Amino acid sequence: MRGGRLIGLHLGLVAVLFALNFVLPAYSHGTVARVMVLATYAMGYNILFGYTGLLSLGHAMFFAAGMYGLAMPMTHLGLGAGPALLTGIGSAAVLSLGVGLLALRTRGVAFMIVTLMFSQAAWLTILLAGRWTRGDEGVVIPQADRMLLGLDLSDPSTRYLAALALFSAVLFGTLWLVRQPIGRVLVAIRENEDRAELLGYDTFRHKLGAVVLSGTVSGAAGAAYGLFFGYAGASFAETHYSIFPLLWVLLGGAGTVIGPFLGTLFMFYLIDLTSGLTPAYMLVAGVALVLLTLFAPQGLAGEIRRRWWRGLP
Amino acid sequence: MEFGPHLMLAVLEGAVTAAVLALMASGLSLVFGVMRVVNVAHGQFFMLGAVLAWAVSSALGGGAVGFVAALLLAPVIAGALAVAADLTVLKRVGYDPERTIVATIGLLYILQQAALMTYGPEARPVAPPFNDRLALPWIEFGPEGPGLIWPWGLSITSYKLFVMGAAAAVLAGLWALMTRTGIGLVMRATQLDRETAQAFGIPVERVYAGVFGLGAALAALAGVLIVPIQQAHYLMGGDALLLSFIVVIIGGLGSLGGTVIAALLIGLSDGIVSVFFSPTLAKILATLLVALVLVFRPEGLMGKAAR
Repeated sequence: MRGGRLIGLHLGLVAVLFALNFVLPAYSHGTVARVMVLATYAMGYNILFGYTGLLSLGHAMFFAAGMYGLAMPMTHLGLGAGPALLTGIGSAAVLSLGVGLLALRTRGVAFMIVTLMFSQAAWLTILLAGRWTRGDEGVVIPQADRMLLGLDLSDPSTRYLAALALFSAVLFGTLWLVRQPIGRVLVAIRENEDRAELLGYDTFRHKLGAVVLSGTVSGAAGAAYGLFFGYAGASFAETHYSIFPLLWVLLGGAGTVIGPFLGTLFMFYLIDLTSGLTPAYMLVAGVALVLLTLFAPQGLAGEIRRRWWRGLP
Repeated sequence: MEFGPHLMLAVLEGAVTAAVLALMASGLSLVFGVMRVVNVAHGQFFMLGAVLAWAVSSALGGGAVGFVAALLLAPVIAGALAVAADLTVLKRVGYDPERTIVATIGLLYILQQAALMTYGPEARPVAPPFNDRLALPWIEFGPEGPGLIWPWGLSITSYKLFVMGAAAAVLAGLWALMTRTGIGLVMRATQLDRETAQAFGIPVERVYAGVFGLGAALAALAGVLIVPIQQAHYLMGGDALLLSFIVVIIGGLGSLGGTVIAALLIGLSDGIVSVFFSPTLAKILATLLVALVLVFRPEGLMGKAAR
């Protein structure tokens, strides 16, 4: 029956988010839509960091690959929103395969620095190609082009429900994945890679699969963000955007399905509140990272699992 | 200006970059070598040095006195802050490599945003204590054989020469400290084998705190030296960190000699490439080079195999 309780919990979250569509005031409505897309990004990051135990400092390149893979064909080739969504996700998949093949030859700290360097190079490439990407200024996707399957994504309610659909798909996809044998192998690699290898699992291929899946989900979030909010800019490829998913996942609970959403929601509101008070709002992110490392490396959902619900995936 | 003198100017500018970079990267390399942790906040100590240089020298009314005071005070303050961060944060996570990286990312934002709140978003200059322009000659092969000419614009300032000299002196001092003194011996012992060192009564935790402080002080010193050339800004730590990473990785993680050679290589090629090509393209190539070095030759181009 534990499976039933789990599915109930996650279905409950989706139902609450659906109900919120009709009651939230306009400002929060827009914010929660953003949070759901960014939580999708965090869930993608969590597949690699939380479940496989690989800490990447360069996921912004996958988010940006999805975003620019969508925005560039739409702006310069006149591609429709549907095909552009696919080119966005495809770009992220190809990039994550290439980065994975190279970066997975390293371990530990070297893996973090290699991903950081690749991501930095990707950001600089976006700036270098300013003729097409318009650099920091970015490109705006006109309202008329943001039509997907006959739905107008510039309408707040449609956008909210589209974000919820993406979020739910990835939420249940992750829940399914981590309860499959393949998900158990990823956790085994996280806990002890040598032992997993000794048991006969091809750890490199599992890790590569995790990088590609994680990068592709992150890219899907990036493409959706560009399409839903009509903008692609180089700031989404900066190091900040590689640190954010790490922070969200750490706060919510690494290696839990529901954690990334909790972390994104809390941190987004915290930073939103702080940015009203001071331009130095990233101070909150810094303090949170230090405090989490020191006192709560398990995060919110991790604490729940430790205290009350041992089986929370 | 013709190609030859132009190239020489680029080399001189590159040498100044290389001097500052060598100081900064040796701090990062020292911390990694002894403590086996990567300090992502290293660039912020560089920024702190530059910002403190402005604060100290403007509090003392500018001029040579203010600059000398900054040169002495900024590394001490930055070092003390780093020691405090080591004792309150890094020691408590047990110097675990991954958790240390996350904690120093946090430290990075805390220092950077604290600078934004106190110092502000402006870039501010500090006047160099001396700044005479020294024209340099160039050899030209004319019809009457080789002769010296003085191309217009080919010059260097006395302050830039001072930066090179100061960096060389500090690096020589660091080398002597590591190889010729008891403190260096204790540091090298800790680097080789932490447990054995502790068993022999070496206070490993104090060595760690000291090394972390020394690394930050070196970065801050580099920050003070660069500020009369570059202006202080709260975001200047990011690029500095990236360049130091590049230098430390190419030179071989934890090897001081390799770090200095790599700083010269990167500093000079950065100077030359940025003069003739787009600086963004130069940075892309450098970051990709580093990533590939880490993937295919993790011991660095000049380093020894990892112990």
